[in-house]
Amino acid sequence: METILLKDAKKIFSLGGEKVHALDGVSLSILSGEFVAIMGTSGSGKSTLMNIFGCLDTLTEGEYHLEGVNVSGMDKARLADVRNQRIGFVFQGFNLLPRTTALENVQLPLFYSRKRKGDNPKKRAAEALERVGLGNRMDHEPNQLSGGQQQRVAIARALVNDPAIILADEPTGNLDSKTTLDVLNLFRELNLQGITIVIVTHEPEVGQHAQRVITMRDGRIIEDHLNGKALHPGGRVGGASLPNISGPREAIS
Amino acid sequence: MKWFKFVKVALQSILKNRMRSLLTMLGVIIGVGSVISLMALGQGSQADITTQVSSMGTNLIMVHSSSGRTGGVSHGSGSLATITMDDVDELREKAATLAAVSPSVRVSGQVIAGNANWNTSVEGVSPQYLSIRNYEMASGTFFTERDVKIRAKVAVLGQTVVDNLFGDKNPIGARIRFRNVPFKVIGVLAEKGQSSMGNDQDDVILTPSTTALYRLSDGKTVRVILASAVSEDTVDAAKEEITAILRKTHKLHANEEDDFSLRSQTEIIDMASKVTGTLTVLLSAIAGVSLLVGGIGIMNIMLVSVTERTREIGIRMAVGARGSDILAQFLVEAIILSLIGGLFGIILGLGLAFGLGEVLGCSVKTDLSVIVMAVAFTAVVGVFFGFYPARKAASLHPIEALRYE
Repeated sequence: METILLKDAKKIFSLGGEKVHALDGVSLSILSGEFVAIMGTSGSGKSTLMNIFGCLDTLTEGEYHLEGVNVSGMDKARLADVRNQRIGFVFQGFNLLPRTTALENVQLPLFYSRKRKGDNPKKRAAEALERVGLGNRMDHEPNQLSGGQQQRVAIARALVNDPAIILADEPTGNLDSKTTLDVLNLFRELNLQGITIVIVTHEPEVGQHAQRVITMRDGRIIEDHLNGKALHPGGRVGGASLPNISGPREAIS
Repeated sequence: MKWFKFVKVALQSILKNRMRSLLTMLGVIIGVGSVISLMALGQGSQADITTQVSSMGTNLIMVHSSSGRTGGVSHGSGSLATITMDDVDELREKAATLAAVSPSVRVSGQVIAGNANWNTSVEGVSPQYLSIRNYEMASGTFFTERDVKIRAKVAVLGQTVVDNLFGDKNPIGARIRFRNVPFKVIGVLAEKGQSSMGNDQDDVILTPSTTALYRLSDGKTVRVILASAVSEDTVDAAKEEITAILRKTHKLHANEEDDFSLRSQTEIIDMASKVTGTLTVLLSAIAGVSLLVGGIGIMNIMLVSVTERTREIGIRMAVGARGSDILAQFLVEAIILSLIGGLFGIILGLGLAFGLGEVLGCSVKTDLSVIVMAVAFTAVVGVFFGFYPARKAASLHPIEALRYE
């Protein structure tokens, strides 16, 4: 099933009267269970693409379907609900609430959840923290945690509402190489548990951990390949889109 | 449930910035405090005036000589002695709505007892005067109708006069002299204190009306007639009856003005409470302005807070907070800030009112409705001044908010 389906997506910003095509007709599909890296230099449109995926921004033209639902026409409040229920964000700067414990940070999406779920938020947040290996740090505030630990809290927060997809924007940008590897391994583990993950990065080493790498330039996809096997640029991944997880596994070892 | 959570988040945020929150609330604290204390003092003094005036007798009606006219020239009030002892007798006989009538003949001068002397006034009245003015006897007796008839040289002293002439000695039976007329002291009035007009009601010597009129005065001038209506409700009817009787005895034509004027205590009470009421409202309005300033203070800090927490707002939006959630959160925070301020203000205001009441010696009257109003008003201030910053927060774009450094 297609988690993300983008049809001829265009995003145009007006900067001082000049029109900038941040996305210039991008069509793309990402299937459930994929682990995708989006690469490109700054200004290539990869961050804009991420914001569109995350329903933080809307398209100027084209359509965006998330899990088969056309999100393009939704108003702000409904987009907020989609973010809350279906999307987990991981940011470069962690973006945890300061002076707030890890447990409370992870509970944040549940606070805004409009779906009444039976089990209690604290328990679900605690489970999410255990899933990222921070079961013993629940009462710590961000300034008492290392960068890697903070990013794990952020990942737990992304996980807590059982999202359709986790979007990570330069998740390792603020981390040293060892912690980077830890975080990437965590992503891979979560991916193996069936969670769809999209990472935006400009570091090729990080991109190598994904099964599929999409490269962008000037608002267009210029390359889309699985484990080094190139697909035709700008196009949808055809029949060969089944996740191949052998590559990443090698990368772990 | 959701609102409860917003309250919790707001309280956390307020407690995280204790000093700033306190300073923000200060404007509201001072505003509410001053409104409450001024209202309490205002209502207290209003009640004071009412009881003071009532102590003179609420049924009391005073008949003054009015401005006479001679050749078209109007004289001042009481300038002509239009009221006479005949009027008193007439009223006493005919007025059905009056319980008691007494003339008052006032003569000022030096009173001497032994080697002590004191400047005061002698008031010639009838025995009913005691009940009309709500005086009580402290010791001795009051004079009788017989004393009035024989122009007896007896006197009843107020406590101030006793203090100045006799000190601690018992004045009953003692001799005093006033304008070379010797009087025998037969009684002392119970203390009454100041009147609503501020004069000492105990600085008085009462003698029979005839004694004062013929032995001390010119034998004609009755300063004022004091009458008491049967009850408070019949005051207006009594005034009409007095007017009718006096117009008849004074032989006034229908087109002539009254040559006397009537004043009742209820009028004085109404007037006095109107004045204090106006003052209270005016002062409270000024205090209300400071409440407004306090509200602006809240808006100011909330705006700073929104800017400071832009990133937090971005995070909350990214994880699924709607604009309305953010709006509610900041609105709740503003309301709580101003409500807590209001609460402190009520405590401050009551403390100030009772403290000042103690120091100034005036009574303090607190009204639950005033407190409820103050609380409601602070909540409105919170909503009003919290709305703009909250809307600003809610309308932030999540991407820009997340990028904000």
